[in-house]
Amino acid sequence: MDFGFIFSSAAGELFSPTTAAYALATLGLAVHFGYAGLLNFGQAGFMAVGAYGFAISTLTFGAPFFVGLLVAVVCSAIFALLLGIPTLRLRADYLAIVTIAAAEIVRYIVTTNQLTAITGSANGLAAFEGDFYAMNPFPVGSYMGMNNRDFFIRVVAWTVVAIFCTLVWLLMRSPWGRVLKGIREDENAVRSLGKNVYAYKMQALIIGGVLGALAGMIFTLPRGAVQPANYGTELTFFLYTCLLLGGLGTVLGPVVGAMIFWVVLSLTQGILYGLIESGAITWLNTVQAGQLRYILVGVALMLLMIFRPQGVLGNKKELAFA
Amino acid sequence: MGAVFAAVAALLLIIAPASQATTPSPAPSPSATAFQNSISGFLRGDDRAPIAGVTITAKGGDFTGTAKSGANGAWTIGVPTQGTYEVKLDESTLPEGIKLADGQENPRNVTFSQTSNLSVIFAFGKGIVVQQQDFGQNLINRLVAGLSFGLLLALASVGLSLIFGTTGLTNFAHGEMVTLGAVLVFAFNAMNLPFWLAIVLALLGGGLFGYVQDAGLWKPLRRRGTGLVPMMIVSIGLALAVRYIIQFYFGGATQQLPFAQSAEILIGPVSISPNNLGSLIISAVVIAILGIVLLKTRLGKATRAVADNPALAAASGIDVDSVIRIVWVTGGMLASLGGILWAYYRPGVTFDMGSQILLLIFAGVTLGGLGTVWGALIGSIIVGIFVELTTVFGLAADLKYVGALFIMIIVLLIRPQGILGRRERVG
Repeated sequence: MDFGFIFSSAAGELFSPTTAAYALATLGLAVHFGYAGLLNFGQAGFMAVGAYGFAISTLTFGAPFFVGLLVAVVCSAIFALLLGIPTLRLRADYLAIVTIAAAEIVRYIVTTNQLTAITGSANGLAAFEGDFYAMNPFPVGSYMGMNNRDFFIRVVAWTVVAIFCTLVWLLMRSPWGRVLKGIREDENAVRSLGKNVYAYKMQALIIGGVLGALAGMIFTLPRGAVQPANYGTELTFFLYTCLLLGGLGTVLGPVVGAMIFWVVLSLTQGILYGLIESGAITWLNTVQAGQLRYILVGVALMLLMIFRPQGVLGNKKELAFA
Repeated sequence: MGAVFAAVAALLLIIAPASQATTPSPAPSPSATAFQNSISGFLRGDDRAPIAGVTITAKGGDFTGTAKSGANGAWTIGVPTQGTYEVKLDESTLPEGIKLADGQENPRNVTFSQTSNLSVIFAFGKGIVVQQQDFGQNLINRLVAGLSFGLLLALASVGLSLIFGTTGLTNFAHGEMVTLGAVLVFAFNAMNLPFWLAIVLALLGGGLFGYVQDAGLWKPLRRRGTGLVPMMIVSIGLALAVRYIIQFYFGGATQQLPFAQSAEILIGPVSISPNNLGSLIISAVVIAILGIVLLKTRLGKATRAVADNPALAAASGIDVDSVIRIVWVTGGMLASLGGILWAYYRPGVTFDMGSQILLLIFAGVTLGGLGTVWGALIGSIIVGIFVELTTVFGLAADLKYVGALFIMIIVLLIRPQGILGRRERVG
């Protein structure tokens, strides 16, 4: 078994654009669930809205990169508004069911054959990333073992993550953030202070949703393709695993959680595949090894929630639920 | 319960078209196993006699597949991906004196929706095609199919609703309980156990899964005083783990239960497949029995008391934990039965078949009112009929679930407590 390769590919996951996308989407969930106590189970839907909003405005309407970016952000804000209006006054589990249903509606709509001309149905869309890579300031060459495209997307992705971590950190220590945490702890107490709880929740839903949409774009850009199958409910649940790994009411928790998630997935895959190839494990084939990893994700999510709900970085006092 | 199912299944076998019995060898579907998705159908003449040796071609993208209809008239073409295909019946290979019915489009474009098998019907001679295109006829057929689908959804959602009512848990792992029923029938059947025994064991397995879940996971969590939101997230972890454990052993392919293919029969004005009819009857009977138990027996009263107010129920001498245990076992069995019927409705067994309808189950429960048993029943029937009827009114087949989810959101907007829910539950 080649441990050098296994560890280097696991280390590669640390700063991969996918990890950055997960970190950013999880940061959005941290705003929703960790700070505001909103149980959003539709983050995959926000990511899909961002990815498709960008891809469709680029491909169908020939919009330049930054217009596509703007469209993605505006679409996700509208999506958050539509979701929030009926549900933010209701109990937490209603919001959960409505958001998960809305995310599935988005996925069904981009999958349907009726809209193949616009969404590419099940095959998805591709070749929309040209404008982005045209902005690449790095000349062709090798950067820490990567080509200039891979290096550029990593720099951009992690810069975006850093910027939004800072913004969320500043927001949460502002008076606005204190009110939001107050809503999480006791909605009625905050209401009795004369704050408009509904408006605060809606703002939090929009901010987290926009982060999700940006994450959806970062997720698709390095792939150069967007496919509906990537945006199923599992994606949201993986994000929740990242969130609980890192810590709910923290800014760096989502980043740490996403890194741990992907490094552990890559390590288990490498080690399992290595053991299978060397013949040490015969009761498993490589397809089953892939499934075994997702069984581990599910078990990890359960165990985390039961035994360490505050995650690696979190503070038990900051939990959104008693 | 299983005996009832077996009896119905046996009955259905007897009334199944005689043409199947007269076929000398029940020819296996012609070589189509290379792909997970397939387009298939039966070729039968006006007199219901099978038509053999006809060439059919399916073209989609750069893929072309061909099949010849077998001795029993069956043909299957395996295709690599779900999508739109052009299906063409080569009329020159038809036997002497048989030709396609008027108005039969050939070649025609067909599109997969949700399931991995797509059936294409070619009618011959005078055909029944004119009747098929009749809007009223179609409406009635879809209504009955929707009722059948809604009732099978109700089996799962009544269990979910009972669990929610007694413990407050929104159980995201309920979809996996549905899958388990169908997968267990497939597994026991593959071990060559008799069909009725496989069904009984699958139902028992579902009940056991419910019991183990409660005893091993949810009861300790309740003891710890874990909140409802953390429990919901734990159930998501459980759902992921169980879904992939099932895939680990079962694989990613679609499998069929015995007797999964059945030709439609005419009952009065309604054309329905015997499987759907059996499913409709079975779920209606089971739900009726459940209703009687809930309304008339001591156990049912205790269950309703716990759902209403657990603390008060405990104070009046009801053993809350044992009621909850019974609710979990019943919920598991109902979900299993729902899963078996769902495997016949789709038709096919896959590792994610339960999670595919989980949101429809939620929609049914939410529509009717979270925590109310009758609400779950009515909500599920509405969802089932709505899903089937939207295709009649021109919504594309691959969007039919969207309508049901959308109507759920609209109802929450207007009447958040659901159709039968009480206002104070909304909070």
